Amino acid sequence: MSAPIKTPAAETLPRPAGLAGLASDWASDQRAFKHVSWGKAMMWIFLLSDTFIFGCFLLAYMSARMATTVPWPNPSEVFALEIAGAHVPLILIAIMTFVLISSSGTMAMAVNCGYRRDRRKTAILMLITALFGATFVGMQAFEWSKLIAEGVRPWGNPWGAAQFGSSFFMITGFHGTHVTFGVIFLLIIARKVWRGDFDTERRGFFTSRKGRYEIVEITGLYWHFVDLVWVFIFAFFYLW
Amino acid sequence: MVDVRSGIGEALPPLEVEDVELYHPHSWWTRYVFSQDAKIIAIQYATTAIAIGMVALVLSWLIRLQLGFPGTFELIDAERYYQFITMHGMIMVIYLLTALFLGGFGNYLIPLMVGARDMVFPYANMLSYWIYLLAVLVLVASFFAPGGPTGAGWTLYPPQAVLSGTPGGKDWGIILMLFSLIIFIIGFTMGGLNYVVTVLQGRARGMTLMRLPLTVWGIFTATVMALLAFPALFVACVMMLFDRLLGTSFFMPAIVEMGEQLQHGGGSPILFQHLFWFFGHPEVYIVALPAFGIVSDLISTHARKNIFGYRMMVWAIVIIGGLSFIVWAHHMYVSGMNPYFGFFFATTTLIIAVPTAIKVYNWVLTLWRGNIHLTLPMLFALAFIVTFVNGGLTGLFLGNVVVDVPLSDTMFVVAHFHMVMGVAPIMVIFGAIYHWYPKITGRMLNEVLGQIHFWVTFIGAYAIFFPMHYVGLVGVPRRYYELGEMAFVADSVHTLNAFISVMALIVGAAQIVFLFNLVWSLRHGRDAGGNPWRATTLEWQTPETPPSHGNWGKELPVVYRWAYDYSVPGAPEDFIPQNQPTPGRLGHEAIS
Repeated sequence: MSAPIKTPAAETLPRPAGLAGLASDWASDQRAFKHVSWGKAMMWIFLLSDTFIFGCFLLAYMSARMATTVPWPNPSEVFALEIAGAHVPLILIAIMTFVLISSSGTMAMAVNCGYRRDRRKTAILMLITALFGATFVGMQAFEWSKLIAEGVRPWGNPWGAAQFGSSFFMITGFHGTHVTFGVIFLLIIARKVWRGDFDTERRGFFTSRKGRYEIVEITGLYWHFVDLVWVFIFAFFYLW
Repeated sequence: MVDVRSGIGEALPPLEVEDVELYHPHSWWTRYVFSQDAKIIAIQYATTAIAIGMVALVLSWLIRLQLGFPGTFELIDAERYYQFITMHGMIMVIYLLTALFLGGFGNYLIPLMVGARDMVFPYANMLSYWIYLLAVLVLVASFFAPGGPTGAGWTLYPPQAVLSGTPGGKDWGIILMLFSLIIFIIGFTMGGLNYVVTVLQGRARGMTLMRLPLTVWGIFTATVMALLAFPALFVACVMMLFDRLLGTSFFMPAIVEMGEQLQHGGGSPILFQHLFWFFGHPEVYIVALPAFGIVSDLISTHARKNIFGYRMMVWAIVIIGGLSFIVWAHHMYVSGMNPYFGFFFATTTLIIAVPTAIKVYNWVLTLWRGNIHLTLPMLFALAFIVTFVNGGLTGLFLGNVVVDVPLSDTMFVVAHFHMVMGVAPIMVIFGAIYHWYPKITGRMLNEVLGQIHFWVTFIGAYAIFFPMHYVGLVGVPRRYYELGEMAFVADSVHTLNAFISVMALIVGAAQIVFLFNLVWSLRHGRDAGGNPWRATTLEWQTPETPPSHGNWGKELPVVYRWAYDYSVPGAPEDFIPQNQPTPGRLGHEAIS
């Protein structure tokens, strides 16, 4: 094969702005998303797929709730706590939501510190995020055990439609599993950051590829997604 | 003459993607078993898929033996019959066709055709295969579990799927089936993310999306669809598993079983149907689109002519992919729905015929005045066009509500979908194996055995499914263990059924010739050389055949043109490879 025409790798071709730029990116070679790494692209596409899973869960729950002929238990009654003699509806859910949204904040700060190569701060912020996540799962466990003690089961409950319990355990359980996996990922990545793996180019245990600080942002994408999904669960399950 | 599409003279864009760090195996185990090389993973996927497909083939024999000669074989009682049809359908659709097209051909062809060294995440790619294998093993385990596999029909409709009247409903069958599907979806997602990111973000210099071979377009679009459609099946499986194991009532209405009121109540079986078909209809195109793409390349290469209307072909693939998400309820016309919905879904269904017909016209127009070589891949491609048109036309019948209602649940439906998503894609799979086997092994498949395989399979498949339309039109229902004394069933139906069964046995046996050919040619096949079909696409331009680890040796390929420069006027050869800079310099002196 004859020698290919060489263009210096440092040179980047000028690209038009706006919609024309979008079209030119998709019409170009090598990459459709010009400044997106493989890992980030993969995470976005995975999250799109995961959106469909949660979407199907929520739609199934909504169709069950709309179709049922027996009364649906009132969420603000069911999820109320007695605190110092006062009857506060949805208080635990409010705290849980607050904790999870705060964790998104610390995650965003961790991403920022990661790109500034501040190993210590990044690791600490990721650990705080993981701690918030674990707190959330802990409170969910408390909520589950409270409901179970009150007689809510996947196949029935004292107040009305059986689908209440089944949807509740299924959707919050699936979301809680996501949070748990997120906490585990956060701990693993935080350890790598702390140890300086991304500065020393240490190779991954499984993949034997060098990691980069970008993995902090990719973990962050997942974390924010799990957070966003909770907002929808909160709106459709607890506030409806 | 300079080809306007080749962009000669333009400065090449700079290299944007850094060279991948490949995992270099050190032992036999990491090289051939726990391999992270997409080519090995592809062969593992394909071998597993074909192996489990053979099980489904034997099941189809047993089904046909019962239908053709009812009551002759004691082995096939009613329960087993339902288990056989269920497992036959599920294995063929998911564990064979989906896995072979995406996991097999996707893994082998995507990195080679886009000019990459490997998939972007080789480790996840390897996991994808092993999880798929686990799913297959769980599925196989259900054959040996107490009560046997599920007999709910491949659509697994509740409530019958989890009741004691259905084989496996109150035993292990349905549980293992659902677990196997969930595992399959997890494994597929790992592979699917790889295929999508590799196509979007890992192409060679000069390889724009509109220079991709249509094979890659088909597999890519199908993978995107699978990533969006499998979630619905995943959710449906999880919910049914809870209904079966935890006693929830997502899909279970109040129901009396064996004179006993069950604990269930308030669930919606229709909800399952919606979730299932939101997956199930795109699934048809997840199987069909890779076949569309591959057959385009086969026809173009073996007719030595550029594909007619390349851009139209690409957009047709994308539009079919999009439309297939809003047609699912045409599988549910008889389930009961608002007539306006029926109208909507019938309309969208019939609209899909437009891009599909465009594709068929373009295939035929590519053949028109082409230099057609009747090689084995071309024969199978032609067989695909014929069977696909046949199955597509009966699809127009079934897409209309009023025509569908009397035809629903008859053998006409069975004939239709076997023609359109069974026989047609399988024809493409055979053609593709005959086409790419020389690249994968370095040897040609035996031509004589291939001709025997082709003619028996093609004519035999027609002889099976064409009469089946008639059987359905006279009203013979599908999924009936035996017809018994029904006045409307003519004697000719019984004769035809026997004929179909004999043909099914013959066609099935012909596949042994094919398998023998695959093994025999490994050692004894004619040496293929690097590019036996004189094809343009990148996988034929690798420095070694079979391609080595990393595909391209030291230098990544650079792409200068689209994939269809066949018989370009003025060029010294009748094909110009995609990585050939100037058409005039092709030839012996230029290659040296």
